[in-house]
Amino acid sequence: MATRIYVPCDTTALSLGADEVARRIEQAAGDRGLSIRLVRNGSRGLCWLEPLVEVDTGRGRIAYGPVAPEDLPELLDAGLLDGQPGHSKCLGNIEEHPYLKRQQRLTFARIGLTDPLSLDDYRAHGGFEGLERAAGMTPQAIVDQVRESGLRGRGGAAFPTGIKWQTVLNQPGDQQKYIVCNADEGDSGSFADRLVMECDPYLLIEGMVIAGLAVGADQGYIYLREEYPVAHRILNQAIARAEAEDYLGADLRGTGQSFHLEVRLAAGAYICGEETSLLESLEGKRGLVRAKPPLPAIHGLFGQPTVVNNVLSLATVPFILARGASTYANVGMGKSRGTLPIQLAGNIRRGGLIELGFGITLREILEDFGGGTYSGRPMKAVQVGGPLMAYLPDSQWDTPMDYEAFAQIGAGIGHGGVVAFDDTVDMGEQARFAMEFCTVESCGKCTPCRIGSVRGVEVIDRIRAGEHPEANLALLEDLCETMVDGSLCAMGGMTPFPVQSVMKHFPGDLKG
Amino acid sequence: MATPTQHPLPRAGAEGDWSEDAIRQQVNALRHKPGALLPILHAIQDRVGYIPDGAVAIIADALQQSRAEIHGVISFYHHFRTRPAGAHVLQICRAEACQSMGCRTLEAHIQQRLGVDFHQTTPDREFTLEPVYCLGNCACAPSIRVDDTIHGRMTTEKFDRLAEQLTTSTLEVK
Repeated sequence: MATRIYVPCDTTALSLGADEVARRIEQAAGDRGLSIRLVRNGSRGLCWLEPLVEVDTGRGRIAYGPVAPEDLPELLDAGLLDGQPGHSKCLGNIEEHPYLKRQQRLTFARIGLTDPLSLDDYRAHGGFEGLERAAGMTPQAIVDQVRESGLRGRGGAAFPTGIKWQTVLNQPGDQQKYIVCNADEGDSGSFADRLVMECDPYLLIEGMVIAGLAVGADQGYIYLREEYPVAHRILNQAIARAEAEDYLGADLRGTGQSFHLEVRLAAGAYICGEETSLLESLEGKRGLVRAKPPLPAIHGLFGQPTVVNNVLSLATVPFILARGASTYANVGMGKSRGTLPIQLAGNIRRGGLIELGFGITLREILEDFGGGTYSGRPMKAVQVGGPLMAYLPDSQWDTPMDYEAFAQIGAGIGHGGVVAFDDTVDMGEQARFAMEFCTVESCGKCTPCRIGSVRGVEVIDRIRAGEHPEANLALLEDLCETMVDGSLCAMGGMTPFPVQSVMKHFPGDLKG
Repeated sequence: MATPTQHPLPRAGAEGDWSEDAIRQQVNALRHKPGALLPILHAIQDRVGYIPDGAVAIIADALQQSRAEIHGVISFYHHFRTRPAGAHVLQICRAEACQSMGCRTLEAHIQQRLGVDFHQTTPDREFTLEPVYCLGNCACAPSIRVDDTIHGRMTTEKFDRLAEQLTTSTLEVK
């Protein structure tokens, strides 16, 4: 029987030569007359080991990594095609790897195991169990499950998903309703959405179909970042295959219910990750933020009731329906229920995707999983939750990952992205960048954000040039407060957070 | 090296790359979609390489919007361009994860090597350089994107080798 060999096909693996690795493995097997079956699987999320090649030996999947194309002759000679141990790049049975073994993978349970586009693989690993259960329930019962699970939006605002769905369900049923997936998560350090879409796309599709059944919506849109070409290709293929087997379309698996799904490509505007701006963009307009109320749940896409959830929130739903709300709610701490997919990125030795129940401390993540900085130098600052969130100094790293605990230290979890910096970072430069980013990405609708950020860059430049630093620092504080209090949406309202954190925790750097 | 132009002029004969009929075809194929404008603009840029000025009136007419509205959408989004790009669009990620891994140094090296700033095209029309804020490859930073291919753990040396390969392969195609 042909030996199965796995070479991942997600962006990170591809960005480090996975296609060439796959090609050379097939060629070497051919040259040696060995029968192999090459599977392009998703990534396990152990990014620092990509491309991570696995060989199914019958005694588990033996992994090698990171495998660069130029490593292959030596690895093949060392028996890679038979999964022989002994080589320094052999990691043994990957399921036993401490990085994976310590995780609680509920949403990402299947990720990396399967061929992302194989419906058979998906079903064989528990796929569509949530949809099957949902198809036999009333819309209210589905919404109740989501509410009881305690799921809060994983996009940043942490709003309870069940309440959002209930609002849409409560709108009159004769209205067109929509499910919109926000796949425009542009926060640096966040790549969990990309992993879902590239490595387990049917999970997102299943979550969106369940959402449609729950609120009475028969049309869904995935608003996808233009910056993710691999996800775009995989999602479109997955949708076509799901349609062919009636998991999408006019008659879902013979239930008489329908749900249509389309990917809409964004065009490189960070602000379109904000839900109202995203809706404007989907309608074919500039992505200008809308004032709330009215809520999108009542007056959303094309003025109709709309569920807007991000990829991770929707991808969590199939587990909740398949295994029950309480199974999910029993994990976590306080009001943060279930698991948080954490993305460890930046200057970190072992960057990757970690799924754990809420409550683990940031330091455990940075040290136990991350293993310190990539450069080997001391770590100086960590930004959690994207470019609009605070920079945390060492003294705050013992904070548990919990929405309320982070709010107490003036920080946020956002989308769960963690970006580490070593001691060569100039925090004054980072504060300036926060304002500069806002000048580039502000939608321009409200003055505090549009003008405040431009003035912010100027004031920081004056402080760093030593021009009346005390007076300009006071001015910067005032400006930050104005932006926080006066901006229409989170873009201008949160841009000051990284700046304020630098003023508070790294004041020496700011003065240059 | 010649001074690069901020807004490179269309190549000689670039007008031949598109025709009003071709644009109309793209528009008609998509105009019935709800919120059709972004899909239309993507389709045109994918086919022509940019959104030609002449396309605006055709789109405006088909969608019953003003030209100002269409122009406003094109100029709002970073992805859409109104002039031809070089043979390769090269994006350097400038977001925080890449910053923490030295993207500012990489950025300076690439600009110096190509002799252009962001939003400019090299005089030989090989590369158009653009900034990007997150390619989602944050655990293996710094990253760049060349057309639809993302490259992780980029270094100045790796970039020089890549640039040479890309230039060579383009010449072979021609």
